[in-house]
Amino acid sequence: MDATYLSPRSWGWRALIALPLLGGCSGPQSTLQPAGVDAEQIARLFWWMSGFAILIWGVVIGCAVFVTYIKPRSHDSRVARWLILGGGVVVPPLVLGVLLAFGLSLLPSLSAPAEDGLQISVSGERWWRRVRYPTPSGGTVELANEVRLPVGERVGFRLTSPDVIHSFWIPSLGGKVDMIPGRTTRLSLEPTEVGVFRGACAEFCGTSHALMNFRVVVMEPDAFDTWLEQQASPARPPQGEVARRGQEAFLANGCGACHAIRGTSADGVLGPDLTHVGSRLSLAAGTLPTDAESFERWISHPDDIKPGVNMPAFDMLPAPQIHSIATYLSQLE
Amino acid sequence: MTRRAQAEPDAQGKPTPGRRESLWPLAMGPLLWVAHFLLSYATAAVWCAKVGGENGSLGGVRLVIGIYTALILSGIAVVIWRGLRKHRFGTATVPHDFDTPADRHRFLGFATVLLGGLSFVATLYVALPVVFIESCR
Ligand code: HEC
Ligand SMILES: [Cu+2]
Repeated sequence: MDATYLSPRSWGWRALIALPLLGGCSGPQSTLQPAGVDAEQIARLFWWMSGFAILIWGVVIGCAVFVTYIKPRSHDSRVARWLILGGGVVVPPLVLGVLLAFGLSLLPSLSAPAEDGLQISVSGERWWRRVRYPTPSGGTVELANEVRLPVGERVGFRLTSPDVIHSFWIPSLGGKVDMIPGRTTRLSLEPTEVGVFRGACAEFCGTSHALMNFRVVVMEPDAFDTWLEQQASPARPPQGEVARRGQEAFLANGCGACHAIRGTSADGVLGPDLTHVGSRLSLAAGTLPTDAESFERWISHPDDIKPGVNMPAFDMLPAPQIHSIATYLSQLE
Repeated sequence: MTRRAQAEPDAQGKPTPGRRESLWPLAMGPLLWVAHFLLSYATAAVWCAKVGGENGSLGGVRLVIGIYTALILSGIAVVIWRGLRKHRFGTATVPHDFDTPADRHRFLGFATVLLGGLSFVATLYVALPVVFIESCR
């Protein structure tokens, strides 16, 4: 074997090279940087488990070092038998039992509905999310690909899917729950910090599975109410000549068969609601920014950006028309 | 392969076990575990679908699963105890790997004890959720 493998110097280099990986432990979707009550519980469990795992590892390696280096002679077989029976048979079920019990004791609160609080319905569809909020007037309003939550309030989610199993996971706020066709699963979350986080699909669902994310914005309750009211209102009329032509082109080219823009004749339900698409922090489920240029790219070649996407490419439209549609959509704040 | 030098230590005077032995006792522990799982699962599923409702309480189901658990655990305890008696047959110690009816008997007993122990712990784990979870959710 190559001796440099074992030299401490080469290990030092490796540690140095591995260091940037630790950067992955923070950021907008880290379970290790909890920003919600439930994520805190999960993080606490993680740290306890890691601590005990390190302890057990230390004991096992310690025993190995003891019998090979420190006292490499024959040992009392009775002590050895008790060690093996105790450490190999009795302790593991106990440790697993305690972990199981602790995990189970967290479950009821993680899925408890916020009976009187806000209830949001989310449907995972290939490869985006349909989001329904209740409005103050008692109705519901359909949005897409973005979830906003008031800070400090417990919010209930009802999750489902019309096609295949997806999942709903906001690591910074809580645990992962699957979205299963024909069933409604539940989750409840209580964010404790204002900020922008990231949610992901963590159940492989097809070619664009990795491009099925969403932004989660935790806001002060007042700002949240204003936001919801604004999202519930119809789309603003196009500003300027280009945008006006954009709206015409949008309606004339059949976009309205799949997309709704409240306040216009477009009322399709196959694709994401676009009434306030310009106000979102990302386009096409966390894949692009929401500037006019990205809209152009998306409309002409959605399949280049998301393989297998359920929206046809519109690159046959003349460039100025695509440009005008993009201008119109990016104005829809 | 070298044959073992020492003769097989064995009990004198006890009736030697037959050449053919049933494997059922060996499978009994895991089978009871399976039965417990299916019973508990089916009871909870039927209750929540027909009586409790999506958000309803598990109510009596928790008690019923508790009773299943007590019964099945005592069943597994009996299986373990009988396995232990087989394992203790004669004076030989593990590993029971002689090609004789008596050692086969002991081997089957020992394996029954181990599988029974596994099934005992597993059944406890299966029952644990209803200790903490009170609703159909
Ligand atoms: C056959 C149905 C269909 C038609 C027609 C269609 N789309 Fe789409 N569109 C979709 C689907 C499905 C998605 C979601 C894609 C994804 O993210 O996986 C989508 C996504 C979008 C998005 C991104 C939405 C978001 O929330 O980020 C925009 C913008 C958009 N479409 C614009 C258009 C425009 C403009 C047209 C007409 C030129 C059009 N679409 C025609 C189905 C359609
Ligand atoms: Cu998915």
